[in-house]
This record gives sequence, C-alpha cells and structure tokens, in this order.
Amino acid sequence: MVGAMEIYKLLPTDACKECGYSSCMALAVALLNREKKLEDCPALLNPKYADKFKKLKELLAPLEKASETGLIIHPEKCFGCGNCVVACPVNVAAEPTRCGIGLGPQGDRVILAVEDGVVKCMNVKECRRFGPNKVMCNACTVTCPSKAIEFV
Amino acid sequence: MAVCTGCSLLCEDIELTLKTGAISQVKNLCRKGHGHFQALFTERIVPKIDGQEVSVDQAITKAVDILRNAKHPLLYGWSNSALEAQRVGIDLGKKLGATIDDTSSFCQGILMELVLTGKLPTCTLDDVRNFADTSVFWGADPSNSHPRLLSRFAYYPRGSKRQKSYEEERNCLVVDVRKSATAKLCSNYFRVPPGGDADFIASVIDVLDGKIPKYGDKKRMIELGTILRKTEYGVIFPGVGLVYALQDKIELLKTLVAKLNEITTFKVVPMVEHYNMRGFNQLLLDDSGSINRVSFHSGQVTHGPENSIMAAAKICDAALVIGSDPLSSLPFGTAKSLAGVSLIAIDPRRSLTTDAAQVVIPSAMYGLEAGGSAIRMDGVRIEFEPIVKSDLLSDEQILARIKEEI
Repeated sequence: MVGAMEIYKLLPTDACKECGYSSCMALAVALLNREKKLEDCPALLNPKYADKFKKLKELLAPLEKASETGLIIHPEKCFGCGNCVVACPVNVAAEPTRCGIGLGPQGDRVILAVEDGVVKCMNVKECRRFGPNKVMCNACTVTCPSKAIEFV
Repeated sequence: MAVCTGCSLLCEDIELTLKTGAISQVKNLCRKGHGHFQALFTERIVPKIDGQEVSVDQAITKAVDILRNAKHPLLYGWSNSALEAQRVGIDLGKKLGATIDDTSSFCQGILMELVLTGKLPTCTLDDVRNFADTSVFWGADPSNSHPRLLSRFAYYPRGSKRQKSYEEERNCLVVDVRKSATAKLCSNYFRVPPGGDADFIASVIDVLDGKIPKYGDKKRMIELGTILRKTEYGVIFPGVGLVYALQDKIELLKTLVAKLNEITTFKVVPMVEHYNMRGFNQLLLDDSGSINRVSFHSGQVTHGPENSIMAAAKICDAALVIGSDPLSSLPFGTAKSLAGVSLIAIDPRRSLTTDAAQVVIPSAMYGLEAGGSAIRMDGVRIEFEPIVKSDLLSDEQILARIKEEI
C-alpha cells in the first residue's frame, strides 16, 4: 500500500503553503487520508510538474476504492477463511453466539462477512475506525493470511 | 443450511440461495468450498462406455460385467463418499473378493491408524475451541488446505475456557519447511529443512528432558520447549508434510506426544484432506481390523502393502474408482498401470480419471444433491440433507445396484 513518504517525494516540496498546510509532508498525509485532492496543490498544476502529477494520480488511484474507514479489500487474494469475520470485535459484539465461537454471521449487523467465497464489507459506520474519534483497530488486517484486506 | 463437503471440516453453517442452473449467492463458504460447489454447474459428466454416451442403466450393466469377469478387481477412492456408500462399497468388495484401498494409503494412513486404534490421544475440534491454548500445525498449511480451521476452531474463536482467544490466551505454532500463509499468522514459526522433522522431534524431546538439543537453533528450541511446558491443553495438527517426512519413524511422534503428556495434556488431530477419509478408515477398521490396504480375495481378509493402490494397480485387471482422481494424484507408473486396465469411474465431476475410464457413471454430489453422513477430521459424525433436487443417483444407490446385479 502507498505511504505518505512516497507521495511526498512526488510533491513539489517547496513549502508554498498555498494548500493551507504548513508543509508538503502535511499535504501528503492529507492526500493519503483523502482529506485533500491533488488539484488543491496549485504548484502541482504547473506544466513542469506534469509528470509527477500523472504519477501521483496513478499512485493514489487505489485509494479511491477504499471505504470511508480506509478499508481496501482485494477479492482476488481472499481465501474466504473468515479469520477477519471472527476476529472483528464489532462482529463478535453483534453476534456473540455466532461470530464469537467461529461460525459465520446470520444477521445484517456485522461489518465483515464471507459471501461467494470472498470477504465483503458492510455497515461501515459501525467500524471502530469510522468517524473523527476513531480507534486504530486492525483485528481484520493482522489476521488475514493473504493480505487481502488492508487499511490506507 | 447446507454442509460443505469441500474439505474434512464439513462446515455446517453454509447459507445457499439458488436459482435455476447456478448458485446465486452463498454465505459463509470459503473460496475452496465455493469452487467445490460451483464446479457442480460447470464440470459435470454424462454416462459413457468407451467414450460413447449411453444411459445410466447401460453404464451400470457394463460396470457389472467388467467386475464380474475380473479375477483381481480393485476398488479405490472412497474418501469423497458418504458413510452409507462406503458401507455398501465394503460389502461389494467382500462379494467380489476384491482389493479395497482408499486415499489414506499414500496420505495420512499410518497416522490415522495410530489415532483410530487409540495409540495416539485425540480430541474433537469443539474441545480445541473450548480448551486448547496451544495449537501446533506441523507440516500443514490450514489456511490453504482447510481455510476455516483457524477461524472456526483452532486460533481465533472464543471458547468456553478461552474467552480471550488469540489476543491473550492462545498460541499458534507452525513447524514447516516454508513460511506458509499460516506461518505468517502464527505466534511462533519454526523452520525445518525438508526431511528434517525426525531430528527436530528428537531435539524437542531433548529440550523437554532438560538436555541441550543437538539439532537446530538451541535458543529457539529452548523457547519452543518453554511454550510446550507452559501449555495447559495442547493440540498437534500433523499434516501430510510430517507424515511423509517421518514414514517409518512415526513412532517418534508417539514418543513426543507421550513425553508431552507426562508434563501436560496434548492431543493429536490429523489434518485429513478429503471430507470422509476418516469415515472410511473407521468403517474398514471395524469390519476387517485394518484401516486400508485390505484384500478379500478367496474369502480371506488380508492386510498389507501388497494391497496398497501402488502395488494393486500393477496386478489388478479391473478397477472401480469412486470419488477420486488417481490418474492425476498418483505417481506416473501407478497411473499408467491403472489407465491400462478396465477402469470404471463414479464421480460427480469430470477429471482425468473419468476422461480415461472405460465406463463413466455420474453421481450426485453429497451435501448438495444427495444426503448422508460423514465423519469429520476429528471423528464427529455430521449428517447432511440434499439441498438441490437431482435425478442423478447417489454413490450409495449406484453401488447398491452394482452389488445387487452381481
């Protein structure tokens, strides 16, 4: 997954502050968190940075698929093992007698469920990473054997 | 709710939504199980004799002719059939005086024999979920072979005595030749060179005895010994990797488990691949005293390596293969010998064996089109009902008809 440093290296790094941030590194982090868009950096629109702009567009393209919590699922890598479904604390709280003991969920209050052999994300607002007071929970990503789930 | 027959976990929480000719949506089914069920709609076979399409009745009659005229018939496969079909198959073997063998013969057979005869202590997977604090995957990669084993039983679920589960209360150890997908998740990974498992076991025994291990990284081995000593309820899941590496030295595993049980509680659950291999082994053990490699020739029950698929394929003159694809999975020499005899294949799906067989009889898929029961990898009997209506005969019905006509 793309990191803030990779983005920073492709920014003008002139600290013009026109984007509203005090440094290009701060802008890189904002771009990674999808709080700003590339077009918010006026210097980057200069034709001499056209190559870098294009590379940044390609670099940030996968982030567009991420959910509001920054979760990206790669269905082609998923085994459908359900480790994330059982490890997710929200799933366990929603269905303690199902997800809690390793069974697949039956209701629709869970965040993660395995459908058609691959994991699917739903009810994203229930995720502990949602909203301004988010908890940096990573129970679903650390239990994935194939790195099919990751956070931005 | 359906039961998945994709592997020996026999997951019972599968929710299927069907539409004509396909599965429209399925919940809680892993990728392996999804492929297993989906192939039902893409890789089906039709009854054939010598490549020509015929009716099922004609195919069964031809199969009866072949088996009746054979002097040394071989019945092979069985691990992907329900218990009811296996029961009829063993009776058919007795009636024909045939050699009967299953996939455990070149897979987990030697280990399964120790477990089924009570020489290795075992437990159910529900015990693993409720009590186990250490799971050792040895020569096995359940993330690929049994995708839901970690999430349903071995590592991630909360059990009655293990409420804090993988976060605080469970250890998962992997001993393997490569850093597999499971090894990336586990708390401790120990690499062994190919074939080095016997030395590794000897070193673990040394460490448990309080001696300096002769083999491997001493510090890591002592670390492993400490984890094993602190375990309250441990389970070893030996895979095919360990069984192939040990072969004649399987007693070493027995010694290790006995040594561990002097200190704490340790059980063994073999990582059975096919969904009802254990069922067949149990049935044949109850019936003949051996779990596989049995011959009923001339009315006498004999057991030995001469009755294994490897040896029997070279001397048999007709073979009935059910729910297995030996031409793909066995060594070339054995596969070539099998392909040269009158081959009858009973299978729900197309395979290299059905392509090469003289007689092909399509059967209903257990768990989806046919009901029955099977023994899970831990010895628990699981019943399943048909979900889809099908005109196809089940393995049990086909074998019963063959037996009756003979």
